[in-house]
Amino acid sequence: MTVPSASSLATPELILAGSALILLIWGAFRGRADAAFIVASIVALLAAAVAAATGPLGRAFSGGLIVDQGSVFAKVFIYLACAAAIPLGDRWFARRDAAKFEYPVLVIIAGLGMGMMASAGDLISLYISIELQSLALYILAAFLRDDAKASEAALKYFVLGALSSGLLLYGASLVYGFAGSTHFNVIAAAVRGHSNIGVLAGLVFLMCGFGFKVSAAPFHMWTPDVYEGATAPVVGFFAGAPKLAAMVLLARLLSQGFGTSVRDWSQILVAMALLSVGIGAFGGLVQNNVKRLWAYSSIATIGYAIVGLAAGGVIGIQSMLMYMVLFLVDVTGFFACLAGLTRNGKPLETMDDFAGLMRERPATTMCMTLFALSALGLPPLGEFWGKFYVFRAAWSGPPGLGLVAVAALVGSVVAAFFYLRLVKAMWLDASPGPTDTPAIESRAIAYVMALIAFPIVLFALGALDTWTRVAATALAHG
Amino acid sequence: MNGILSITVLSPLIGVAAIMLLRAFAKPDDPRTSEAVRWIALANTLATLGLSVLMVAQFDPHKSGFQFVEDLNWFSGVHYRMGVDGISILFVLLTAFLLPLCIVASWKSITNRVVEYMIAFLMLEGMVLGVFCALDLIVFYLYFEFQLLPMFLIIGIWGGKNRLYAAFKFFLYTLLGSVLMLAAILAMVVIAHTSSIPELLAYKFSPAVQTWLWLAFFASFAVKMPMWPFHTWLPDAHVEAPTAGSVILAGILLKMGGYGFMRFSLPMFPNASVLFTPMVFTLSVIAIIYTSLVAFRQTDFKKLIAYSSVAHMGFVTLGLFSGNLQGEQGALFQMISHGVISGALFLCVGVVYDRMHTREIAFYGGLANRMPFYAAVFMLFTMGNVGLPGTSGFIGEILSLTGTYGASTWPAILASTGVILSAVYALNVYRNVTFGELTNPALAAITDLDRRELTLFVPLIVATLWLGLQPGLVFNITDASVSHLVGVYHAATGR
Repeated sequence: MTVPSASSLATPELILAGSALILLIWGAFRGRADAAFIVASIVALLAAAVAAATGPLGRAFSGGLIVDQGSVFAKVFIYLACAAAIPLGDRWFARRDAAKFEYPVLVIIAGLGMGMMASAGDLISLYISIELQSLALYILAAFLRDDAKASEAALKYFVLGALSSGLLLYGASLVYGFAGSTHFNVIAAAVRGHSNIGVLAGLVFLMCGFGFKVSAAPFHMWTPDVYEGATAPVVGFFAGAPKLAAMVLLARLLSQGFGTSVRDWSQILVAMALLSVGIGAFGGLVQNNVKRLWAYSSIATIGYAIVGLAAGGVIGIQSMLMYMVLFLVDVTGFFACLAGLTRNGKPLETMDDFAGLMRERPATTMCMTLFALSALGLPPLGEFWGKFYVFRAAWSGPPGLGLVAVAALVGSVVAAFFYLRLVKAMWLDASPGPTDTPAIESRAIAYVMALIAFPIVLFALGALDTWTRVAATALAHG
Repeated sequence: MNGILSITVLSPLIGVAAIMLLRAFAKPDDPRTSEAVRWIALANTLATLGLSVLMVAQFDPHKSGFQFVEDLNWFSGVHYRMGVDGISILFVLLTAFLLPLCIVASWKSITNRVVEYMIAFLMLEGMVLGVFCALDLIVFYLYFEFQLLPMFLIIGIWGGKNRLYAAFKFFLYTLLGSVLMLAAILAMVVIAHTSSIPELLAYKFSPAVQTWLWLAFFASFAVKMPMWPFHTWLPDAHVEAPTAGSVILAGILLKMGGYGFMRFSLPMFPNASVLFTPMVFTLSVIAIIYTSLVAFRQTDFKKLIAYSSVAHMGFVTLGLFSGNLQGEQGALFQMISHGVISGALFLCVGVVYDRMHTREIAFYGGLANRMPFYAAVFMLFTMGNVGLPGTSGFIGEILSLTGTYGASTWPAILASTGVILSAVYALNVYRNVTFGELTNPALAAITDLDRRELTLFVPLIVATLWLGLQPGLVFNITDASVSHLVGVYHAATGR
């Protein structure tokens, strides 16, 4: 067996980086994004997904890039989510005369960063990949640059994101200083057997940084404001795929770099999980803006996924992957609905805007109801299976985690109230007036995601179970 | 093994699909669409009833195990496994029996959003049938949990004035109970490495684990039943729900709690069940006496019947936890009988509510003068509710009490006062509503039961009397399974 070359291992990245540059030049000459441009950028992402799925496995760049089943699994979903974001966002901006050719390019660059996060094998590629995707996302958040709210949201996102990057960098340098290497497996060998206070401090900083990136409490405070301010298609994009990428990277870092000091980090995870579920559930109760509500919902969701991660081992990582993928489906679909819904050209935002939508737009409302109930955890819809895996993993994890799972489940009952409020508004209240016909692309994406959340997931569970287990095995053991 | 079980469980969903197809091609506000949807729903529920009757006819009552078993490998050790035994098959029949009545009962009173209404009811039917047939804990949980949604919508959209409060309370209260059960289910799956109910029935959990699992399941079923003091959602839900919603809530949804105790708590956690029997007995006795007294003080017709349901469920839990054959049989019988009688009583309320749009007992009086048929029908079901010999209510109560007496003396003695108390409130309300002079001028023009309503009541009357006079019909079917359950329970607890 020949060792695959670095370039063949990095094929998806090379495709994306190359097409981003070509598209940038193409766009610069044409000055705007036409249909062919959009199609080309989608094709680039799909090609990267295919390349990732069919490419060889191995390590390249002296371990900085790890291509294993775990990274492949994450990349396929990340690239697909990026591909969905392009038509959604581009058409959305086009309807507001704000379409620019940079949008698809930025999405591709963000996708490139996220894919590299899933493959990062040392602290340097970890940091670079996170920065690559974050910088692209900051710009995307501010894409509607004449909109004061969007600009404010982007600034907030940027400042707090920069803070978290600082934490990550500081943690990484501490770990490097005390462990003597940036490679995850060398760090693992260095910390084996003795708990080094310097490495521990570095780990805590790293985890705080990740807490910001995945919006886990107590590092969640940017989330509601940014979600509210940024435009719906962009929020739908950065609420899903980047979190999957960050969770995969966190899982790899913790189990491959710090797998020998499980007790040090699992309690941090438990604390973050409980706080996230609690803050997400109670914070969501008083929200009147649906995007803010979904921000709190995603905080709680990350809490559940972290419970899975805290369970550790293959079964824990598997449950986290399962949850994040199903969450990705829901969040993409939900924001596709939001992106499509307008009344007299203005996006629907508050609970009152959604009142009586069932009479107006039955199909879209059914989709949104499905996503809301799925996020609530109502079986047999998508995210319920995430909860199923997570809490099953919790029971087979370290003792005491079962009780954390019970607490998180009780939190989900509290959260159920605000999902039901949304359902109530859409189904039971009287409508304030007719809405505009949703755009075709947002309807299409919403329908597809809704069909995946139910009933396709029921038939795909067997396959998903296998894929996530294989991916989790690779992530856990390196 | 011919797949009849899955066809029965899935047939309501075929109806849902048919209605959705129709909805896609028709105008929603067209009265003809509503009419067609009603007929589809009725035909569909009748077909389901036919299928379930067919299933009962093919059922072999001499076997205690599960029959019509279907098994499909799903994922990660979870199977889509369905089957019925003597305990569950009657609930299937009861569900299929009550659903057509619910559809007919809503024929005239629901004119708003008929499409969604019928879809909600058919989905509810499918879910409830699934609950009773599921032989895998995960599948059971899917069905058990998802039925919250159609019921939430039924109360929330077509309910009374305070419907939103009631719908939220119903949903959140029951959800809290069932997530605790979910935690327990997942713990069981992790401990026993299987989610198959037949295998778990044979698995012996250690007593300490049993205690926790029992409590978690109790949280769910005690809310569902509902047992005092977890019953407060029920009066709200009943009062606000439309008539058919109340019928299905009292007639079927409450039974899922009792069924759960019988299917899971007793045979899977026998030691814990024995440990908690005094607590259950105490709560049941309080439920019987206290809620009967509360029922007596109600001024709202529906609330009174709701409280009376809580009291009657007290007899069920007493019988269930007596752990002997009479008790179990009595509890099972009481659930079936209560399903018929309480459903009928809610329909009785619905009849006058449809005419007068009030549920105030004080508003009515002397209805016998204007509505002789109604008075007679209402009388019969009141008697059934009280437990008059000859009606099905009697058999269930006397057997549960006998069984309880065999297990523990004082609870049985205290609970038997509930029989008198139920006579007190039930006869009192009957007198206030039907007898005396017709004093309220608003009632002068009230009409007696029309043909649709009469056809509605005939099957219920037949069922009440038939079960009351020939209880052997039920016991024939349940005997083998219940004896097996009692045998296992005694073997495990050494009593």
